[in-house]
Amino acid sequence: MKSPILAAAIPSLLLLCSSNPAMALDGEPYIHDPSTVMPCDGKYFTFGTGGGGLMSDDGWIWHSGAVRPGGGAAPDVIKIGDRFLMAYGATGGGLGGGHNGRILTMWNKTLDPASPDFKFSDAVVVASTDGLEDCDAIDPSFLLDPTDGRLWLTYGTYFGFIRIVELDPKTGTRIEGNQPINIAIDCEASDLIYRDGWYYLLGTHGTCCDGANSTYNIRVGRSKKPTGPFVDNLGNDMIKGGGKLVVAASGRFVGPGHFGRMVLGDDVEKFSCHYEADLDRSARSVLDIRPLLWKDGWPVAGDNFKEGTYQIQSEGSGYALELAVDFVRMAGRGGGGGFGGRGGPGGRNGTNAPGGTNAPGRGGFGGGFGGRGPTGPVAPVAAQTLAEDSTNWPAGNLDLRLGDFMFRPHQTWTIAAVTNTGYLGSPYFKITITGTDRALAASEDAEVVTVPAFTGQPEQLWRIDQLIDGTYRIMPKVVPNSKEPLALTAVGYSTPTLTKFDPKTAKSRWNLKTP
Amino acid sequence: MNMLRKIAPVFGTLAILTLQATSAEPEKAQGLAPYFTPATAAPKAPDTDGFIQRWLLLEPIKKPNRGNTVFTDTYVRDTFNAEYFPNQFTVIPHDGDKVTVAGDELAWHALDSSLYNVKLFRFASGLDKTTYGVIFWAVTVVDSPREMQNVRLAVGSNSASMWWLNGKEAVDLFGDRRMVMDDCVSKRITLNKGRNVIRGAVINGPGMSDFCVRFIDENGQPIKDLTVSLDNAGK
Repeated sequence: MKSPILAAAIPSLLLLCSSNPAMALDGEPYIHDPSTVMPCDGKYFTFGTGGGGLMSDDGWIWHSGAVRPGGGAAPDVIKIGDRFLMAYGATGGGLGGGHNGRILTMWNKTLDPASPDFKFSDAVVVASTDGLEDCDAIDPSFLLDPTDGRLWLTYGTYFGFIRIVELDPKTGTRIEGNQPINIAIDCEASDLIYRDGWYYLLGTHGTCCDGANSTYNIRVGRSKKPTGPFVDNLGNDMIKGGGKLVVAASGRFVGPGHFGRMVLGDDVEKFSCHYEADLDRSARSVLDIRPLLWKDGWPVAGDNFKEGTYQIQSEGSGYALELAVDFVRMAGRGGGGGFGGRGGPGGRNGTNAPGGTNAPGRGGFGGGFGGRGPTGPVAPVAAQTLAEDSTNWPAGNLDLRLGDFMFRPHQTWTIAAVTNTGYLGSPYFKITITGTDRALAASEDAEVVTVPAFTGQPEQLWRIDQLIDGTYRIMPKVVPNSKEPLALTAVGYSTPTLTKFDPKTAKSRWNLKTP
Repeated sequence: MNMLRKIAPVFGTLAILTLQATSAEPEKAQGLAPYFTPATAAPKAPDTDGFIQRWLLLEPIKKPNRGNTVFTDTYVRDTFNAEYFPNQFTVIPHDGDKVTVAGDELAWHALDSSLYNVKLFRFASGLDKTTYGVIFWAVTVVDSPREMQNVRLAVGSNSASMWWLNGKEAVDLFGDRRMVMDDCVSKRITLNKGRNVIRGAVINGPGMSDFCVRFIDENGQPIKDLTVSLDNAGK
């Protein structure tokens, strides 16, 4: 980071808790330079510049309370075995003095200050710079290499190079004799991650600490070795300033920085970061947790789910989740000049007979399909209304199915946040047929139904996680009579149910499309 | 069609010989080969993908429809709930049994489909019966070696259909449907140890009627350790 501003002010700042689901996170998520969000003892923690940090019971509503001694800037945390190793920069990247930075590490059995086991070990210096060399030892980040168990630490800022050193994963101290390697230049808040044979170095480019005018953005290069060279999608080495964009400003959020990856399993990945400015919160710096997608071997920032009107499409069959009700025909018989003539009583969709010959009945469709079509001027056809579609909907619970994707009212859903409860990075959602209060719910036999009205019961609350391929996993908060989490799943082509999520198939993946 | 005409004389002899014993074969039948063979007395397992190939099929009931867009949930349910023959939701017919529907005498046929699916169009055309604008009823009896919980009945049909397991409605396929394997699947159900009765009704306007049925387990895998035995089949 270029500036340690906010460091002292953040802990004392308190704004009104907002329930606006458009915000990054709920509660008081005010932080700068957050460490990777870390679960511990059923809670979530992140630590920022200046000491202290944020904690959350559910990952959605955040408040101050995390405790970190040592002051300084931009810590990171990793869990190794049953302990947590924390690193932080003791200095401030030049604004508090020179560039003679120091990175320190310390252990703790827990991150929860309420735990009797909460006690940090004495911090030890693992990397430093003398203030003259082309590096400033701040902004540390860990990678425990899943391929060989080696522990790496990257650090640095715009003052020269990003460097990597190796630590002993048992002690958290520097491997004796290990020399730092320069791996990037002109960025900060680095983070090294591994996936599918590649090491990815993420770094934050742009201007820090200028509120709504900060140009912070997160970029990435990749290498087959943890020590680089890290090359971007254009073939440029990060040691020469390269870096493929991962996430920049969007919506009301300006200046994302300090990437931290969370692999949650079942093809759900998220990343933590801060925005330099949340324009809905006085342009203050806030924590966010967003989906992390992978496209062509590169990390891409997903978007936090936005409330709205959607069709819920099965990735497996392409059909739309809909009420099991009568299909109501709408106006618009169509027709087109010269296609098919009057038609006859011929077949509709003959299946092949043995030997490959087509069955009879491929002839014209019944009268009314072809011909010249309607006469008169061409005019728009009004979309089917809810009133037209719902005329004969039965009362009470209604079953669901997957039907032809037709953007009809019985397959159009409004997804709205229920902000007093959430999960990592998001509130739960209620899912109702648009224009009604008829709500999607998990049933006692682990199926899905709609109930006539949303009552807020936990089986009517839905968790929506964007998966690494951009599709979504949709899970009820609770399935009555079930102890294990279940996800909305297509069984066969046209039947929705709830089953354990299987990332290997498209059956549990859904697209959320705007009608 | 050409292929059928080439093959029909070959199987036609066999079919006639076999079906003479059942006295269910119309004189002008084109024959059911190569789509069906008469069911035998020996129990028959599902095919390698779990599809049930042995069925009692009732000759088609006339139900004229110019198109299939009328097959809404309500239409299909009301149509199948109308009574066409006595005990239509409980009877387990025998090969050659006959019912009279709207003045037409219709026979049940115990057949093994040569394919994974049951080509009702070929069943009707092979017997010189009405092929379009029809309702087919199908019944089979599945023997399970043990109670199987949390299984699902998976059906594809052309066009709409409804299916009952042991007298309870299990799967509905409404709308103008193509036959797609595992198109619609029941909720989790239990297969009894021993005998289980599957009953289905398929309606179609113009087009080729057929269906395919199998059971799948909790993981979507076919259940194959079942047998089908139709009372008096192959007599």
